[in-house]
Amino acid sequence: MVHFKVNGRAQMFDGDPEMPLLWYLRDILGLTGTKFGCGMALCGACTVLQNGKAIRSCSKAMSTVEGLEITTIEGISANGPHPVQKAWAEVNVPQCGYCQPGQIMQAVSLLRSKPNPTDVDIDDGMAGNICRCGTYQRIRAAIKTAAKETA
Amino acid sequence: MIATEKVIIENISRRGFLQGMLSAGAFVLCARLIAEPVWAAASGGAGSVGASAFHPSVYVGIHTDGVVYIVAHRSEMGNGVRTSLPRILADELDADWSRVTVVQADGDAAYGSQDTDGSHSVREFFEPLREAGATARLMLVRAAAQQWGVPESQCVADPVHFVSDRSSSRRLGYGELAALAAKLPVPKKEELKFKSPQEWRYIGKPAAGYDLTDVCSGKALFGMDVRVDGMLYAAIAHPPVLGGKVGSVDDSATLKVIGVKKTIPIDPFKPPHAFQPLGGVAVIADNTFAAFKGRKNLKIEWDNGSNASYSSAEYKKELQSTARQPGKVLRTVGDPDAEFAKGGKLVEAEYFAPHLAHASMEPPVAVADVRGEKVTVWSPTQNPQGVQEEVAKALALKKENVTCHVTFLGGGFGRKSKPDYAVEAAVLSQKIGQPIKVIWSREDDIKFDYYHSVAAMYMKAALDDSGKPKAWLQRSVFPPIGSTFNATEVYGGAGEMSMGWSVVPFEVPNFRSENGQAVAHVRIGWLRSVANIYHAFAVQSFANELAYAANREPYDYLLTLIGSPRTLDVPQGPAGIGEKYPYDIGRLRRVAEIAAEKANWGKRKPGKGSGMGIAVHRSFFTYVASVVEVEVDDQGVVRIPHVYTAVDAGIVANPEMLRSQFEGAAVFGTSLARTGEITATTGAIDQSNFYDYQVARMNDAPRQVDVHIVESMAPPAGVGEPGVPPIAPAICNAIYAATGKRVRELPLMRNGFS
Repeated sequence: MVHFKVNGRAQMFDGDPEMPLLWYLRDILGLTGTKFGCGMALCGACTVLQNGKAIRSCSKAMSTVEGLEITTIEGISANGPHPVQKAWAEVNVPQCGYCQPGQIMQAVSLLRSKPNPTDVDIDDGMAGNICRCGTYQRIRAAIKTAAKETA
Repeated sequence: MIATEKVIIENISRRGFLQGMLSAGAFVLCARLIAEPVWAAASGGAGSVGASAFHPSVYVGIHTDGVVYIVAHRSEMGNGVRTSLPRILADELDADWSRVTVVQADGDAAYGSQDTDGSHSVREFFEPLREAGATARLMLVRAAAQQWGVPESQCVADPVHFVSDRSSSRRLGYGELAALAAKLPVPKKEELKFKSPQEWRYIGKPAAGYDLTDVCSGKALFGMDVRVDGMLYAAIAHPPVLGGKVGSVDDSATLKVIGVKKTIPIDPFKPPHAFQPLGGVAVIADNTFAAFKGRKNLKIEWDNGSNASYSSAEYKKELQSTARQPGKVLRTVGDPDAEFAKGGKLVEAEYFAPHLAHASMEPPVAVADVRGEKVTVWSPTQNPQGVQEEVAKALALKKENVTCHVTFLGGGFGRKSKPDYAVEAAVLSQKIGQPIKVIWSREDDIKFDYYHSVAAMYMKAALDDSGKPKAWLQRSVFPPIGSTFNATEVYGGAGEMSMGWSVVPFEVPNFRSENGQAVAHVRIGWLRSVANIYHAFAVQSFANELAYAANREPYDYLLTLIGSPRTLDVPQGPAGIGEKYPYDIGRLRRVAEIAAEKANWGKRKPGKGSGMGIAVHRSFFTYVASVVEVEVDDQGVVRIPHVYTAVDAGIVANPEMLRSQFEGAAVFGTSLARTGEITATTGAIDQSNFYDYQVARMNDAPRQVDVHIVESMAPPAGVGEPGVPPIAPAICNAIYAATGKRVRELPLMRNGFS
């Protein structure tokens, strides 16, 4: 039995310890904002925050979540959209939108460690998140917009 | 969690609404279509449409509270149809966009085709949507006139969402007028007054996506996100080789996995494979992970069948060899052979482009619930009626008994036009008597795709003294899409050949295009811009090679090839479409000029390892030119700081969507040019996930894509696909300018570049 928090709420789990956090969130908790893209931590669609830092939930076994605070796109902001979500909307980033929760979570994490990221910081921070629609230049612009607004 | 009940309102078809304005088929479908969208219900969003609501057309209903419901009968996959199409109607209706609710249509033959591919949604529905809007507006105006007892001419739909009496300060909202308008006869088309382009409120004005907020909050319901009560999960072990069968299965280790319920065999298809499931063994479990883990533990002996001899490396040689031999003639102008025989400067080149996988971020997924004779499917699909048809066929039921709810698509690119995965879900649900969600892993997606065709192209030209081609021969060879529907098909279909091959937009007095035969060994499908990809790669690369052969500056030479404005003689498409969309060389020339001008072509001195390349292409009736700037370092690492694209797509419904589609197309084109390659060994696909089938990431995508839209009042053309074809040749032409190295075989990574 592991104990942990998801979006501030205490949870416990005693199923298959190999189950990735991704499928726990999606299939058991019903938090479907976190997406499945590759299952190998290659695309970032499943990005969530572990104690405030971006991780790939598809490659995080449930046996290793004891005591962690997990935040998903659903728990990112209690009161209205998060500044990063606002920036995403302002720049009209999404096309199909499937990867965007993961992109947003990654950007939130990036901005926590680098509040004023350079282009290189953004490349380094975001290169693990694939967008097949190709919204990268808008993602970059939205991160800069969010950085300005939270500065 | 997912509301399946629909609110059926009135059947306006029985009351004869709108007859004569739209086709009878489109008209009937409206009444059956006003339904509560699954995601609106799931998120507690939109209210239901009540029985007193006014539904004047196929596409629109106005509720007494003033909310305007507009049905989207096409699929949303980032193409923006749920925004762009309703805004066309809302414009003519003079509706307040903030009071419009977009309702996603289920699959229903009453709509006519709902296939969301071929970049034709706006092209096809621009006029019907405007007519629907204008009709509704006129009926509201008439309702107001009747209510006030004043002449209709005294009433005007102004301000937005209201009708006003010009002679007084009276006004009535659309909601207040709905019940009365519902009782009025539908005006004739001749009575409608369409807005002039200057009066357009939404058409041609940039607008963000209707679903933007839901998407950014993670609430948008994709196929992957559908959950219904009692649902189980399935992963399927597919035969690794097309046409293979299960020899024997040992599922003992699978059944020991926590959460696994059982395994179920799925029958192999009967050729042609078309949209049938591939067959294999399904693992049923109470969560996705257990299904995946259980599948990994299966021990299956496969009977691989005749395609096990397929090697893509050998196949490439075959295609190239075929391309060197005379093929089936598609079109001849003049006598190219006679010109070639005269000698002069001859240039030959061979090009090759490999198979590609779609790799949409959301892999194929579907939920099906079979209850006796009735089936409900939730699927991210570009083709909901295809889901109905194929599920009905597989289960031996009537198509009308299959309901297909269309979710958001996490990318489509043509893959989700093929409903094989939805059929799998239905077959399994019928067998276990419970709702089932079939989830494809990324490995399934890459290994069992309907692949974009591998293609070999042979080009030959004879140049005159000025360096212009006096004769031009082009021959392409590829396993055709037709092979998916007819196992013996070896020649490209009319559609494929019309995609940048039957004609070239150049001044060439003697010309012949040909197509050689190729037998398919994998499932062939259509992928964003289809045959235009390899055809534009060959034609636009060859044009660039000829410039150097003629000792000419490449852009200047390209303009010479394009020549003066004229209408190109092109074989007519279906239903007079060629008349509505003549091949206007002037428009093609114009986009080339704009792209070059925006890129400052020839005016900037390139640094070491830098260069620019240009390519032009018309597809889906849209004219596109892209200039790509590259920087290549000593290790062969290619960076793309800038892409300048100029587009003439006729009237543009939503320039914001056009821009994002073309920005994305530059990235899509970059992916296929850099690393796009699917290969096969002993019949099985070699690639499996994003480490060996790489797509562009932020750090290798073009840094900046500028999209310049040509103002045009020509009929609207395609936007989703036509941005892709010029990118690969423009990149390769730029690399040649930068390094002197000519890339004739994609992808770049096979040429010492990365």
